[in-house]
Amino acid sequence: MQSLSLKVSYAPFVRSTDTIEKVMYNVAIALAPATLLSVYFFGWRALVVHVVAIASCIFFEWVSDLIRKKQTQCLDGSAFVTGLLLGLNVPSSLPIWMVIIGSFVAIVISKQLFGGIGFNIFNPALVARVFLLISFPVEMTNWPIPFSVDMQTAASPLGLLKTDGLEAIAQIDTWRATYGEITGSLGETSVIALLLGAVWLLFKRYITLTIPLSFILSTFAFTGIFYLIDPTTYASPVFHLITGGLILGAFFMATDMVTSPLAFRGQLIFGLGCGLLTAIIRLWGGYPEGVSFAILIMNAFVPLLDNWDLSAERKVKKDQEAKN
Amino acid sequence: MKDALQVFTRGFVSENPVLKMLLGLCPVLAVTTTAENGLGMGLATTFVLLGSNTVISASAKLLPKTVRIPAYIVVIATFVTIVDLLIKAFSPELNQSLGLFIPLIVVNCMILGRAEAYASKNGIGYSIIDAFGMGFGFTFALLLLSAMREVLGAGTIFNIPLVGEDPKTILVMALPPGAFAGLGFIIAGLNALEKKQKSNA
Repeated sequence: MQSLSLKVSYAPFVRSTDTIEKVMYNVAIALAPATLLSVYFFGWRALVVHVVAIASCIFFEWVSDLIRKKQTQCLDGSAFVTGLLLGLNVPSSLPIWMVIIGSFVAIVISKQLFGGIGFNIFNPALVARVFLLISFPVEMTNWPIPFSVDMQTAASPLGLLKTDGLEAIAQIDTWRATYGEITGSLGETSVIALLLGAVWLLFKRYITLTIPLSFILSTFAFTGIFYLIDPTTYASPVFHLITGGLILGAFFMATDMVTSPLAFRGQLIFGLGCGLLTAIIRLWGGYPEGVSFAILIMNAFVPLLDNWDLSAERKVKKDQEAKN
Repeated sequence: MKDALQVFTRGFVSENPVLKMLLGLCPVLAVTTTAENGLGMGLATTFVLLGSNTVISASAKLLPKTVRIPAYIVVIATFVTIVDLLIKAFSPELNQSLGLFIPLIVVNCMILGRAEAYASKNGIGYSIIDAFGMGFGFTFALLLLSAMREVLGAGTIFNIPLVGEDPKTILVMALPPGAFAGLGFIIAGLNALEKKQKSNA
């Protein structure tokens, strides 16, 4: 009798053609409009910040792999995207050595020390941004005015709102703020360029709408409620939508695959939490902008949310088996 | 004699209370913002440890087993009160910056740990040597961490500026996250050194 030769192999049986490289460079493509526009608005200094951030992130990734005696994966795109996001999250006037410190914090402290790609609890670029913001409060809130030759600086719209109140932001043109000719971090000024990139990621199905929509809508709703209660002290929700890092954070950082929940229910709670915290920090917090703090705080809840979703799924399965 | 030397030195490296056993981390993380604070805290703790180790090893046989822990605490609290009043009298500035953390030496688990694990079982002589070793080890770790945080966070060392006026410093290092990160890096560095030494030997 002829024996049947059966091949036993391990899961996963369904393979996707997506590699880390492919996903990461698609994210980079999605960020390209915002990056190019930032160079257009803020000049060569913005380009320098981008190049230094990306190069130093890749360098620190290479060094960490060397120290950990791992075959280096510094060109797999993840360090590239971290550097790109870091550059988009700082003002163009930031001293170069501070950009390099930011890259060190992002790659070595918040990523490699936690175990490298896939093991970091917090979004590396955001950890670096918050580290820089707390360490160098002056340099990190010195916002150059677009197209200014001599690096003239001004407060960001949200900063103005916090220090000078509603009258100060009345002169900010909504259309200008939407296409991006305002002060702010390199990548956060242009809502249109960011949405263009977000459409690309959605089209490629690397992100779903759950987190960005729940994030943005909850910020919009929460600030809207207070605007309706008292429009003389609170800014309009549209203002909160188009200024600051809300769009950048919601589409590109809250959706980071490693540091966001896996299932729909978790993602929904994650997004709502981010939105609420952002609105609370913006309305009553000590800092004018709350997006990065909100995302980092919610990052800490991700393992909990994932665990909850997983155990709920197991329970459903068990109940079904019991019925059968 | 060799024994005594070993008891003394192990507090420094192989059984360093902070860097190896991770004991008494509350003051380590909280007061190490400047080198002066770190040194002050370390010496105050060393003094308390010296007193408590001496008294406890002398009275160990007199204490009923069941109430030994409360008795240790009373001894430790006595010495903490002495240190607290001394610092208040002679260095009001240090008292201001260390604040509540001086009275809190009472509950420093390193001191209670040495009382329970060493002083109560060994003679007075060795207990004193042990107190010096552990105390200096503790002070050494605090000094290391606080000097690192002061240099990076304030640009000074023992309040002496290292670089010109108004240096650009990494403010985070002076804040609580800097304490955790700094301690982590020091412990990691020490472990790496030790590993290297072992593989060489």
